[in-house]
Amino acid sequence: MTTANILGPESPAQTRQPVLQARNLVKTYGRVVGLDGVSLELYPGEVLAIIGDNGAGKSTLVKCLTGAEVPDQGEILLDGQTVRFRRPQDAHEAGIETVYQSLAVSPALDVASNLYLGRERRKAGILGSVFRMMDKKGMRKEAEEGLRNLGISTLQDVTVPVENLSGGQRQAVAVARAAAFGSKVVVLDEPTAALGVRESNQVLQLVRTLRERGIPVILISHNMPHVFEVADRIHIQRLGKCAGTITPQSHTMTEAVAIMTGARKVDEKGA
Amino acid sequence: MSHQTTEASPPAAQPDLAVEFLDRRTPVDRARQALHKYPALSPGIVIILAIIVFGLLNPRFFYANNLSLVSQQVAVVGTLAIAQTLVILTAGIDLSVGAIMVLASMVMAQLASHNGVPAPIALLLGLVVALAAGALNGILVTRLKLPPFIVTLGTLSIFIALTLLYSNSASVTGQDIPGLITGTGNTFKIGGVNFTYGVVMMLLLYIVMAFILNSTAWGRHVYTVGDDKEAARLSGIRVNRVLMSVYVAAGAIIAVGSWIQIGRADAASPNAGTDINLDTITAVVIGGTSLFGGRGNIWGSLLGALIVGVFRNGLALAGLDVLYQTLAVGVLIIVAVSVDQWIRKVRK
Amino acid sequence: MLSSTFRITPAKRMLAVSAALTIGALSLTACSDPSTAGSGSGSGAAGGPIGVSLIVKTTTNPYFVAMEDAAKTQAAKDGVKLTLAAGKKDGDATTQIQAIEDSISRGDKGILITPTDDTVNSAISKARKAGLLVIALDTAPNPADAVDITFATDNRAAGVAIGKYAAAKLDGKKAVIGMVDLFSNQVASVDYDRDQGFLAGLGIELNDKNKNGDEAQTGKYTGGKGGEYEIAGNQASNGDQADGRTAMETLLSKNPNINLVYAINEPAAYGAYQALQAAGKEKSAMIVTIDGGCTGVKEVNQGIFAATSQQYPSKMAQLGMDAIVKLAKTGEKPAVTAGLDFFNTGSKLVTDNAVAGLPSITSAEGAKVCWGK
Repeated sequence: MTTANILGPESPAQTRQPVLQARNLVKTYGRVVGLDGVSLELYPGEVLAIIGDNGAGKSTLVKCLTGAEVPDQGEILLDGQTVRFRRPQDAHEAGIETVYQSLAVSPALDVASNLYLGRERRKAGILGSVFRMMDKKGMRKEAEEGLRNLGISTLQDVTVPVENLSGGQRQAVAVARAAAFGSKVVVLDEPTAALGVRESNQVLQLVRTLRERGIPVILISHNMPHVFEVADRIHIQRLGKCAGTITPQSHTMTEAVAIMTGARKVDEKGA
Repeated sequence: MSHQTTEASPPAAQPDLAVEFLDRRTPVDRARQALHKYPALSPGIVIILAIIVFGLLNPRFFYANNLSLVSQQVAVVGTLAIAQTLVILTAGIDLSVGAIMVLASMVMAQLASHNGVPAPIALLLGLVVALAAGALNGILVTRLKLPPFIVTLGTLSIFIALTLLYSNSASVTGQDIPGLITGTGNTFKIGGVNFTYGVVMMLLLYIVMAFILNSTAWGRHVYTVGDDKEAARLSGIRVNRVLMSVYVAAGAIIAVGSWIQIGRADAASPNAGTDINLDTITAVVIGGTSLFGGRGNIWGSLLGALIVGVFRNGLALAGLDVLYQTLAVGVLIIVAVSVDQWIRKVRK
Repeated sequence: MLSSTFRITPAKRMLAVSAALTIGALSLTACSDPSTAGSGSGSGAAGGPIGVSLIVKTTTNPYFVAMEDAAKTQAAKDGVKLTLAAGKKDGDATTQIQAIEDSISRGDKGILITPTDDTVNSAISKARKAGLLVIALDTAPNPADAVDITFATDNRAAGVAIGKYAAAKLDGKKAVIGMVDLFSNQVASVDYDRDQGFLAGLGIELNDKNKNGDEAQTGKYTGGKGGEYEIAGNQASNGDQADGRTAMETLLSKNPNINLVYAINEPAAYGAYQALQAAGKEKSAMIVTIDGGCTGVKEVNQGIFAATSQQYPSKMAQLGMDAIVKLAKTGEKPAVTAGLDFFNTGSKLVTDNAVAGLPSITSAEGAKVCWGK
């Protein structure tokens, strides 16, 4: 596992090759159609927002991209290569990190343990190879470093159980975990939904930090001001399909909402 | 990350420290705080008080042989409580621990006594049976997605029936069983005090399991799966694999329990200990492990088993009827869980 | 820091430490124990009152409650410090073993026990080595010399008595027999002694006389005037009324013509009666059983049971207690009944329809000496 991308920033190289690409994804739950042929591209160093009404297929789309669901049809390409994610672990290994709405943190574990959950590091030598001892000290040290590099100052003590943290702090833990390991893509599902104004701002700042470090971000949100504040492009889901992709420059918030609700169609695409 | 104030603020914003800042608490609150921080305190206090009180009631309680007796009496329950703790940490419950123990012990004893199988191989085959029984529980929980309570309620009956069918309902007496198998009941002396090898085996198992739970990724995953299954899954932990391994590991631990049980009774009986499952749950609960999973400590289960053993023995020495012992254990469970609930409220 | 941190560090250490301390305390605080010296006599006798433990199978059975009551009365009379213990359910050897060990620790002089099965033998032998007199009540262990002596009903004789009675009452008719036994999941001497005794009393040829259900299922019985017999089957009742009813229902499904029912004890027999009553066959089938509890004797009086063999648990407890006191005071050990490997506390046939040549007492007489309420 490398933390190189948060320790050493790299310049966002804007090639036209998408980092992550989805083609004609279809997912049905019984007779309910979750996704009805959705395509999507994510380019290096950009923040792509996905918006849409409840039931428009935002969550299903994200789950398919991150291995939490397997699409019935369609394909997903990572760096131009077709990939098949059967479970979250596959997406992790491919370099796609997700912060779910539920945060997927273990409340009883401390911050450092949560950062390394599912990829604990073992000690060097016989203690690690034979006795399978975890390198708790090393993990804690690197957790502290990683948090500092992301500018997360509210989490000084990485030995505090997550259940004792505020909502914003928990969110920071989840985002930090994604950033620390997401070598290619970070997906944030409604990161500001449960947060107050100040904490929301902190999370948005975190999103910008990720972009500065060249990590492309997919942001799913209901909150139009937040989306328009940080997104480079906005993918609008409607009734299981992509209703269009716009930019904060090409359309206003009101127009975006109109497209989302079907009151208006996208006539010209944003850059 | 917010550039205005937080950056400058000292780490005192941590809840732990904040609590100490606002130390305008009553002694009761402070006691609760301490108990929350050190979950071993409450079972620890209980056992120390119990030992003192029972010693005052009857000085014979402190006799070397009596204390050695208590350790022998909790050896089997204590061992099975390790298996039970593992399962309960994953938010499951294993009602079949006793049944698996009896099944494996009958296999060990009968193969070695009636079928002439060499003792080490008989032990090994008993272990295989217990592993298979654990694996069956694991498969039913992970593949059929049935609640562990239902699965083990079912396998409890299945294993009891298999035991009775296999053993023809007959017990095997100690004289017919090779010494290696009954040897867990043999004693050795340290400073005039008798210890059985079974007690030592139990303690070793606790040490090993405490290490595994605390220091390995697997141990951490066991907690996480019980704490929040979905979070575990989304974090890339293979939940089913962890659950499966927990039930199989429980089988292995139970097999050791079978061995200790044969030594303790110096016999293998198809009827002994099928309801020990409740005793193990009692030990785990008194030891402070949450039945909802994800929280608890393996040493607490040992303390829990010892508390029950000390109460039972102490009340018996005080000359109280067995019914009062049962009553006392019942009260202990309720008190332990209430205290636990009360302690947990500390943060809210 | 490093060793255990992913939850609250000191907490775990505390747990481990207190667990270790407890174990340590168990050894360190230990004083030397005089009862370990194999002097051949328990240590409790010196000075204080004589300690005796009564360990029965369960306290849910009035039979054992009667035993406990008699023991309490006797203990008060003899100035004995009595401790009662019992398994949580039938077959709970674990609790009995613990009770035996506790009794040794307590320094009791003797133990009265109704052993649940052979599993308790090694604990008993530990007690005897520690110098306690161990007396089995009601149920002899296997082997019988595992205890110092057994005070018990001769179950086989009790079975033979009701078998003979049934044979005489059949008066040469064909017997279709339902056997309501005790266990299906373990082998107990009381189970086969009564079952096989009953069949022997009927005059049916036994195979292994210590095994239920291995005799020929049809043939001739020789008791009374003799005749054909057919055994409908053996079903376990666990000595329980509800299970007894289920057992009888099963037997009736196998063979609706059952006209003779043997039941291991009176609760099971009453359950069998309920099954017969539900099937409308309570008049055509004769029930014989063993126990002699006050309820059972009343049921003999009411004609529900044709006969029962009455046993005397109170007497067992009294005699047992006396034996321990006597040993403590005079060193004299009790002796077994001639021809048996235990002390027979006797049994009497209770019936209101006596048959010639078979000694019996009436239900009115039985009610005067019955146990329970």
